[in-house]
Amino acid sequence: MNRTLYQKIYQSHVVGSLNGSTDLLFVDRHLIHEVTSPQAFSGLRLAGRKVRRPDLTFATMDHNTSTQVRSYDAAGETSRKQLEALAANCAESGIELLDLYHPDQGIVHVIGPELGLTQPGMVIVCGDSHTSTHGAFGAIAFGIGTSEVEHVLATQTLPQQVARTLKVEVTGQLSPFVTPKDVILAIIGKLGTAGGNGYVAEFCGEAIRGMTMEGRMTLCNMSIEMGAKAGLIAPDDTTFAYLKGKPHAPKAEHWDAAIAYWQSLYSDADAVFDTVVNIDGSQIRPQISWGTNPEQVIAVDQPVPAPESFKDLIKADAAKRALTYMGLEAGQKLTDIKVDVVFIGSCTNSRIEDLRAAAAVVGTQKVAAGVRALVVPGSGQVKRQAEAEGLADVFKAAGFEWREPGCSMCLGMNDDRVDAGQRCASTSNRNFEGRQGRGSRTHLVSPAMAAAAAIAGKFVDISQMSVAQGAQA
Amino acid sequence: MSQIFAKGLVCPLDKNNVDTDQIIPKQFLTSVSRDGFAEALFFDWRYQADGSANPEFILNEPQYQGASILLTRTNFGCGSSREHAPWAIQQYGFNVIIAESFADIFFNNSVNNGMLLISLSASNIEFLFNRCKQGSQQWQIDLANQEILLGNNAAVGFAMDQDVKQRLLSGLDFIGASETLSPQIGQYEAARKQATPWLG
Repeated sequence: MNRTLYQKIYQSHVVGSLNGSTDLLFVDRHLIHEVTSPQAFSGLRLAGRKVRRPDLTFATMDHNTSTQVRSYDAAGETSRKQLEALAANCAESGIELLDLYHPDQGIVHVIGPELGLTQPGMVIVCGDSHTSTHGAFGAIAFGIGTSEVEHVLATQTLPQQVARTLKVEVTGQLSPFVTPKDVILAIIGKLGTAGGNGYVAEFCGEAIRGMTMEGRMTLCNMSIEMGAKAGLIAPDDTTFAYLKGKPHAPKAEHWDAAIAYWQSLYSDADAVFDTVVNIDGSQIRPQISWGTNPEQVIAVDQPVPAPESFKDLIKADAAKRALTYMGLEAGQKLTDIKVDVVFIGSCTNSRIEDLRAAAAVVGTQKVAAGVRALVVPGSGQVKRQAEAEGLADVFKAAGFEWREPGCSMCLGMNDDRVDAGQRCASTSNRNFEGRQGRGSRTHLVSPAMAAAAAIAGKFVDISQMSVAQGAQA
Repeated sequence: MSQIFAKGLVCPLDKNNVDTDQIIPKQFLTSVSRDGFAEALFFDWRYQADGSANPEFILNEPQYQGASILLTRTNFGCGSSREHAPWAIQQYGFNVIIAESFADIFFNNSVNNGMLLISLSASNIEFLFNRCKQGSQQWQIDLANQEILLGNNAAVGFAMDQDVKQRLLSGLDFIGASETLSPQIGQYEAARKQATPWLG
């Protein structure tokens, strides 16, 4: 009684008490990738330790891979060494690896759910901050550092303290053209980049219930951008239907028992959250970031704010710096601003629904002259499905580059980068200075808004576009 | 009992929301080593596009060479989980960061490398920044008594998580500490297998 969903899952994973208020939590799934794991394996070797549960550990290659050629060599010498290190570490420890040549390879937060590795009630960790994505299934999922990766490899546990709980209720129905990406950007705009620090956020309300699993993943994915330790959504029939038949989902003999357990995973009616935020979903309009952190966001039909419009001096100062970096002036309309690059991809927005939404906007139109546009599917499965549905043909005919799965231009670890001074409409999650390349200017938008920007050569208010019928993701 | 955890020159980095992409940009994350990140710290701020040092960036100013205590503002270390961020900071020479607040993952990563991160109120942070404006600061950190000793008997106290404090004072290997619960981990695994066999 009176427990939040987070507290229920946390308590069921306590192995023991370490000291004071620190518990040792069991980890059900440990996802690893090439960038944040090599030093963890080296650490294990130095200490003479072994991987305790290779059967609960799964690896892929995504951050540091070429999206043009499927080859370890394609992204340079140091990248090749990193990929080879992961392959060798997985082989030595008996960890299943979806390497670059595996048909289901992809972004770790896309393939985990796709393969059914992500399930309600789990504790899931990965050396990547966007692990919060998996919270869409009603799992406690969060990013960890390399020392913690080593700790989980060695013990299948992690020391934790109970986080505070934040309830974000999004009531009402979303307008057409308003996607989960717009919802989470609006939430971050309201709460700020540090508004969730120390909290696990549970999203609920009619607008959330109406979202598909893909949409819920987009939402939880960006909960880290408001500083939350994790984002959570209670599992429901949408969740169960998504999981049924997935390769690692519970098999027939366990299915009913799993469902019964999953149905117990919700916040009790009398549960008390430390903080509650209510948002009227019907009032959210298509969002676009104008600055250099994800809270610097406006509805696309609003003017760029003036620094002096912020009462908080810190925010005013941040706005001033951001406008300078972004090459924008207060009062400008972003729909008057040209784009140089369009990136549709990342663990936030590279799933099949995202590509469908983007393709619906593109239709038979062409990418504007002078705009470089990329579509990078989140996984091999997404890529094959998009090709089967004809979406890839839509993109290619329009002049988009159709790439191999990977993190790509979200963080530009490989050769997919935005040049200094270039402006990018991006479906990714971070608009930090230099994130997509030194001097790059990132505007975070939904897949439909990104596609519309590619066609128009400038930002577009998607709600004003007649071709956007059915473009809601 | 006083126990000096660290002492040294203070570098005031007057910025809010310093994210991990600023602390260490992506091109340095391709390494398989835990070392060699000192040069990468704040790379895009420290170096100009042609590779020369940016004279306007505070770390490049002569009076802050050799600094070991970093003073900054709110939400330091937000963004990615890359532990390369605290590695770069530590390898550059900072073992203490004082800020109004830190991002959660960055905080944990830093503690796991034996660094001390001190959170203070906005007014105390402002007080310390003002002190830096008066001239070069050499401070000592008394971890046992949770005080920043500013010199001439001036001090600022700080609150901290007692579990974190114990870890920093004992210097205990955190994997080793958890391994003391190995029997409980085994029991948990057995019970889990029984109750939720589909989890593997």
